[in-house]
Amino acid sequence: MEQIEFDYPAKRRVSQRAHVGVVGSGELEVLLEPTEGERSHVFIRTSVHGFGETWKAVLDRFFSKYDGIVRIQINDAGGTPGSVMLRLEQAVEVSEQ
Amino acid sequence: MSTFTGVRGTVWFRAFTGQDNPMPGDPKSVLAADAPLGTDNARFLCIVPDQHARFPCARNGQVGLEEAYTLATRVREAIELDKNATKRPIIAIVDVKSQAYGRREETAAIFLAAAAAADAYGTARLAGHPVIALVVGHAISGGFLTHGYQANRILAFDDDGVMIHAMHKEAAARITRRTVEELDELGKTIAPLSYDIKDYAKLGLLHKLLHVENPAKPSAHEVLAVKNELIAAIADARSKPVDLSNRRESAEAFKTRKASILVRAKLEEQWRET
Amino acid sequence: MITSRDKTTFLNRQSFLELDARGRAAALFDQGTSRELVGPFDRVESPWLAIQDVTPQEDDGCVVMKGKIAGKAAVVVALEGAFQGGSMGEVSGEKMTAALDLACADSENGQPTSAVILLETGGVRLQEANLGLAAVAEVMASILTLRKHAPVICVTAGTVGCFGGMSLAAGLSSYIVLTREARLGLNGPEVIEQENGIDEWDSSNRALVFAINGGEQRYAMGLADALVEDDTPQIADAVRGFIAKGLPHVHRSSQVELYRSRIGALDTSRQWDPNELRRAWGTSASEEDKR
Repeated sequence: MEQIEFDYPAKRRVSQRAHVGVVGSGELEVLLEPTEGERSHVFIRTSVHGFGETWKAVLDRFFSKYDGIVRIQINDAGGTPGSVMLRLEQAVEVSEQ
Repeated sequence: MSTFTGVRGTVWFRAFTGQDNPMPGDPKSVLAADAPLGTDNARFLCIVPDQHARFPCARNGQVGLEEAYTLATRVREAIELDKNATKRPIIAIVDVKSQAYGRREETAAIFLAAAAAADAYGTARLAGHPVIALVVGHAISGGFLTHGYQANRILAFDDDGVMIHAMHKEAAARITRRTVEELDELGKTIAPLSYDIKDYAKLGLLHKLLHVENPAKPSAHEVLAVKNELIAAIADARSKPVDLSNRRESAEAFKTRKASILVRAKLEEQWRET
Repeated sequence: MITSRDKTTFLNRQSFLELDARGRAAALFDQGTSRELVGPFDRVESPWLAIQDVTPQEDDGCVVMKGKIAGKAAVVVALEGAFQGGSMGEVSGEKMTAALDLACADSENGQPTSAVILLETGGVRLQEANLGLAAVAEVMASILTLRKHAPVICVTAGTVGCFGGMSLAAGLSSYIVLTREARLGLNGPEVIEQENGIDEWDSSNRALVFAINGGEQRYAMGLADALVEDDTPQIADAVRGFIAKGLPHVHRSSQVELYRSRIGALDTSRQWDPNELRRAWGTSASEEDKR
């Protein structure tokens, strides 16, 4: 597995955790949980190696709009940038219900 | 040597019972007999190849429709006979290539036949019959689920010709898109993948690994030694719960089945919360 | 001809097939009575997958929920067909076995607790081989102990179906609920073709697997207890009905004489048209089928 971690500044306390997705082929699951401090942390495990730059691009874009203080865990089996963004947005939606 | 030969079952059945016949009316692929074992009268059951079996896909030591329902019949007969008596031990001598793979089998619901045999063995165990599986050769996949895997205790010989696994190597390699060499390599460090019976023993499922010089040609002395192991396993089964909890509570299980133990503990804890 | 009422019914139906395991399990409970146990945030994943460069899932593809169905205590264990083909690994298998054991313990202590197992699975997870196979055997053992006290209801809706060792678990169940899209059998087309050639089974023939293993065929042969539409309320209703009904008079897998004689009566010199077995074994065939 390739393990990739990211860190982003964050401002807003979040109250609810969320889980979305299934680790099918070309899919991913996202676990989003409130955390302490002023930074959000992302932990990615993926079976598709060598796409660190792509992950960074997607997450940079995600966190440019999202300021919740969260720990995000992603288990990925080859999701496209589009499906990664979709799952992240779904996770946010569930956490804000 | 891990090729299936289908001879070991008959050898050991004969060694324990003095004969190698099916019971009257049964297909030749299912050897069944009651014979003394220690102070008990035990029922021995074994699946063997039968080139003249009615079902073409079940002639080489596979467990097919007739084999499964015959096992179920003979096990249930023992349960009925011992309803108000000492529960005789039931000894499954296991050397099965696999389940039977055929269109007739699927059409006539082999899944139910296999379930019926497992039901009978499990019901016998729950009723207090000590059910012992002695793996003398191959114990693969649906074949083992049907004949042997519901036992209180599993014993196996420690030689190359003994193999317990979910799928034969070539097929498993094809499906997981690896080479056979890669599978062998993975098996060296990942015990549940290994085809070596000594690695299977690390999983905590096996009661005992037995040594016999040549399982296809045991000496009289070795047969006696194995009988004594069966007798000891029977006594052990009689003294403990009739469920399969021993498989997760063995010393080896504490090492290799940590995740099973953890998930069960968490489930129990959360079950009780309201 | 499709009437406008058929169209409306079709459009209004709530597809069960489109739900994931978690959604399917939740849909079966009485409103507001269910909670998930050992879910993704408990993070009990497979210890064997990451080391083989296979991405694990935090619930290991098995969802356990506890609550009430038809007002009675019940546990639902659902395999996620989209994760590793719903295959049985060490953790997913143990979740199912332990859930059945807990239902059994409650049943023995005065609270009968039924189990509903949603089986979308190809059988043993080959990446966990012997622990997967052992898990199947242990699930089977636990079904046998629970079904003395309370019904175990197997639901297979598709699209994965129920194959491999877990088809034996289906066979041990008190009741089997199938859709037309479901398939239930021990061996899949590819492995039969591999073992015994294309004449035995042409795996490219999709119609064949439904003709032999499909939900409608199994139901017509008397091997399943309900044939339902891909409609969540209908499936939930079927499950409720069986829980309310309680234990069958005798379990199908215990009817050895009946099935042994049926197998004995078959002409094995040829393959059969599946319709022949519908006629020979179907619910109109014999009084012994009344359960």
